Amino acid sequence: MRSSSAFVRWRKGLNWRGAVAVASFILLWQLLVRFKVPGFETIPTLSDVFSTFWTKYMLSAKYWKAWAVSFERVGYGFVISQVLGIPIGLLLGTRQMFHDVMFSVIEILRPIPPLAWVPISILFWPTNEMSIVFITFIGAFFIIVINVHDGVRSIKKEHLWLARSLGASPWRIFQRIIIPSVIPSIAVGMTLGIAVTWNVVIAAEMIASDTGLGRLTWEGYVSNTPAVVILGMISIGLAGYLSTKLVDYAEKKMMPWRKA
Amino acid sequence: MALFDKIEVTPRDAATSAAIDGALSIRRVSKVYDPDGAGVVAVQDCSVEIAPGEFVAIVGPSGCGKSTLLNVLAGFDTLTAGEILLDGNPLASVSRPPQPGPDRVVVFQHGALFPWKTVLENIMYGPLRQKTMTNAAAEEKALDLLRRCGGLDTVASSYPAQLSSGMQRRVEIIRALMNEPKVLLLDEPFRAMDSVSKATMHRHLLEMYSLCRKTIVFITHDLEEAIYLADTVIVMTTRPGTVKKVLKISLPRPRLPQMMSSHEYLEIKRQVAEGVHEEAKKAFERGEREHA
Repeated sequence: MRSSSAFVRWRKGLNWRGAVAVASFILLWQLLVRFKVPGFETIPTLSDVFSTFWTKYMLSAKYWKAWAVSFERVGYGFVISQVLGIPIGLLLGTRQMFHDVMFSVIEILRPIPPLAWVPISILFWPTNEMSIVFITFIGAFFIIVINVHDGVRSIKKEHLWLARSLGASPWRIFQRIIIPSVIPSIAVGMTLGIAVTWNVVIAAEMIASDTGLGRLTWEGYVSNTPAVVILGMISIGLAGYLSTKLVDYAEKKMMPWRKA
Repeated sequence: MALFDKIEVTPRDAATSAAIDGALSIRRVSKVYDPDGAGVVAVQDCSVEIAPGEFVAIVGPSGCGKSTLLNVLAGFDTLTAGEILLDGNPLASVSRPPQPGPDRVVVFQHGALFPWKTVLENIMYGPLRQKTMTNAAAEEKALDLLRRCGGLDTVASSYPAQLSSGMQRRVEIIRALMNEPKVLLLDEPFRAMDSVSKATMHRHLLEMYSLCRKTIVFITHDLEEAIYLADTVIVMTTRPGTVKKVLKISLPRPRLPQMMSSHEYLEIKRQVAEGVHEEAKKAFERGEREHA
């Protein structure tokens, strides 16, 4: 009877309201297009998108290359932003001198949207690839810096006092009290950062690249093949979802004490 | 309950863990906060003598400088006049930068277990940092303390967030005891608890106190708790905080909940209550309302 109980559990776990909503959305979309409701004359149906994918893209190296290229850009931009942003955030929070020197600079640069960096980074970086990675980096960098900085400032003073009472040296306190205290803030920075990174990379690809999922979507528009536009959008959605899952997984590994 | 029996047959002075040191001498201590020229006197001319192994409760209205005094004792804050000696050695004075140490460990009001460490790792933290014990020895001692304090060794590998607040507080006290402190400083540790949990915590604290008799400075604004637990109750005045009244509590140990309705207990309570209510009223009239 094990299989039947597994089936029951699967049925219970299934979010049928969500499934109905998705099905209704697809049906409504199909109907709006089929009956040529104003505004929907040029929109492809999901079945068009699917058949385009099936016949032209599923086995096309170019399509999967677009995935790989976008993932690579997001990966580089995201990782570099964390590697530089986390130490800078920690320094801002723990070193008053560093804070005094750097904070105003960061606060002036932070509100500049990543896309406003596109022209200058194309001028500055020798290759297009570098400028796209740089723009992606900018998207996640300030978020992580601000979150880590904030995390350091909200460390419980009792934890620091106690560690000193119990004989920890300043370096030990940094390693074993400040770092773990800040991990939840790093996790928040990573979650927000990965979402922004995908936003930025897609826009940057549309402006400044001839590869990637963003470019694929844009090419669909330019070549007047709307099914490709929708295929690009769905691909971007899936890619973003996958990266969020990856980051969630990493966060769980970073904070074993939060699993309770 | 088995622990209670054990306490009863152990005469106080014959206990193997009887405190041999931990005498605190607070001499004419004052603390003025002067952030922007307007000097706020938190503690004024406060003198207290605490014997080794004595359980002292400091009672007073909110904002009377109880916590300030505790922070000075712990070495988290400076003082502006007077001096504090521990077993005759200077601990804090005007010319001495504050220096916290494992001989005076604090248990804080809101709790300060490291959430990223398991119960066992939290308890072993002190001896490992001070390098006074090997990993194996620390683990053995920690598990032993946990076992003796109400069978807490079963949660040794849990994270603090998985425990009830009462258990967390007990683990915190054990973490402090692990360092063999001369003085245990408790800053309103049971403040946020309901009366049933509080009563349970009192029982556990009294058990721990009988297991390893350390000097305890217990800060509270709960008068009944102070009388029930302590050998000496010190009533502080409202700001500027100073000693208003020192009362020796003659209730025998072990302290049992039924003592809280004894004639003796009620008589002491009546005496202390006068002093405390007077100060609370003054504090209230000055507009110094309770702030958490």
